Amino acid sequence: MLFDIDIRKTLQAGSRSFALNLQLQSSSQRIVIYGPSGAGKSLTLKAVAGLLRPEHGHIRLNGRTLFDQRAGVNLAPQARQVGYLFQDYALFPHLDVRQNIAFGLSRGWLNPRTGVRHDAVEYWLRAFGLETMAHQLPDELSGGQRQRVALARAIVARPRALLLDEPFAALDLSLRHTMRRELSDLQQHLQIPIVLITHDPQDVEIFGDHVFQLRDGRLDAQETAACHLPASEALACGNTTICR
Amino acid sequence: MESVWMALALSLKVAGLAAAATTILGVAVGFLLARASFPGRNVLDTLLTLPMVLPPTVLGYYLLVLLGRRSALGTWLLEEFGINLIFTWQGAVIAASVVAFPLVFKPARAAFESVDGQLEQAARVLGTSNTAVFFRVTLPLAWRGILAGVLLSFARALGEFGATLMVAGSIPGKTQTLSIAVYEAVQAGQDDVANTLVYIISAVCVAVLLTAGHLAPGRIARR
Repeated sequence: MLFDIDIRKTLQAGSRSFALNLQLQSSSQRIVIYGPSGAGKSLTLKAVAGLLRPEHGHIRLNGRTLFDQRAGVNLAPQARQVGYLFQDYALFPHLDVRQNIAFGLSRGWLNPRTGVRHDAVEYWLRAFGLETMAHQLPDELSGGQRQRVALARAIVARPRALLLDEPFAALDLSLRHTMRRELSDLQQHLQIPIVLITHDPQDVEIFGDHVFQLRDGRLDAQETAACHLPASEALACGNTTICR
Repeated sequence: MESVWMALALSLKVAGLAAAATTILGVAVGFLLARASFPGRNVLDTLLTLPMVLPPTVLGYYLLVLLGRRSALGTWLLEEFGINLIFTWQGAVIAASVVAFPLVFKPARAAFESVDGQLEQAARVLGTSNTAVFFRVTLPLAWRGILAGVLLSFARALGEFGATLMVAGSIPGKTQTLSIAVYEAVQAGQDDVANTLVYIISAVCVAVLLTAGHLAPGRIARR
């Protein structure tokens, strides 16, 4: 099982409370968590990355336990080795493109100076057509370029999985199309498992080998493209499983 | 004229050390209050801001009571280490630090609170230790706001009069800083000395304020 997630978490904000109660399992390399905003998609992604601690349950990635409440396991975000693409990219505004991409590669207490080269960083600068702007600050880039920088920064250290939070929402329509194709090709090239959360049906179309539909913090339905889920697992979830 | 330069040198030494001390303490406490949430946080904030509004003579009195020979701390310092802070330039540094502390601490807290927490999360997911996140992301993004406060605290320490006079006195060449020397010169009717001192201290303060204004937060530093 590539992804095995079972999390429960209650959040309180003033008089309102929100309960996330989600069980999902998948062996697909491309899974999409789909649902309206406020359904708990981002919370789920944050829990996988270690930025939010669930109250109960477990999170396993390709057999590796990242969190297990009963066993008392809760790996720090630093130890989870996942790549995270934030919705508005969260590029470091004080560092240039090359420093941003190389950020996770250096372990010191200070940022390496501008112009320090790593082979892997140079490779991704070339692959994403960013060489000419390697010394520019994120503020000076276009939306598509920013996303490429964020993507390069997330994959340069070869994470075990890539988590994508509404990766195309901040882009205009034509660019969205291009970046979807780029990401899809990249995933196939690297064979890296991805979890993508979105409210855009077009993302589901392209990345949804296994789609989990979320509503009010709960699993509403799931469907697989090739129906490679064993029937027993689908039944165990107690939800509708639809084959395309 | 020689006494003027001695007073200037002493003032710069006291203000420089006080600014350094308030920077380290102000950044640490500002970060703590910006990030940690614990009961009494706002009470602590108010207490730490008090030196900004209390008359310096009152602060000086508190310090005398706290550090003087009759206090427990003062006795302990004297008996254990042979340290007496009253009527010394080190005492002047402490007085100036207490007065200038809120000028670093307040903007430091605000600057840390304005740093986007998502950037810190992004750094942690990339494998950066929490300490390194502070030095590689949080501090570089907050330092402009902090630096403006540091310069203001330096200017404030340079102009410190009341608390310094109470704690360190006015010993020429030893604890007589510029601002105290101005007072002594006017009292003694030495108008030419007073004029020189006033011009020097005004010029230094204008320079500091110009620099602080140039470093005002809002623009993002290249590094």
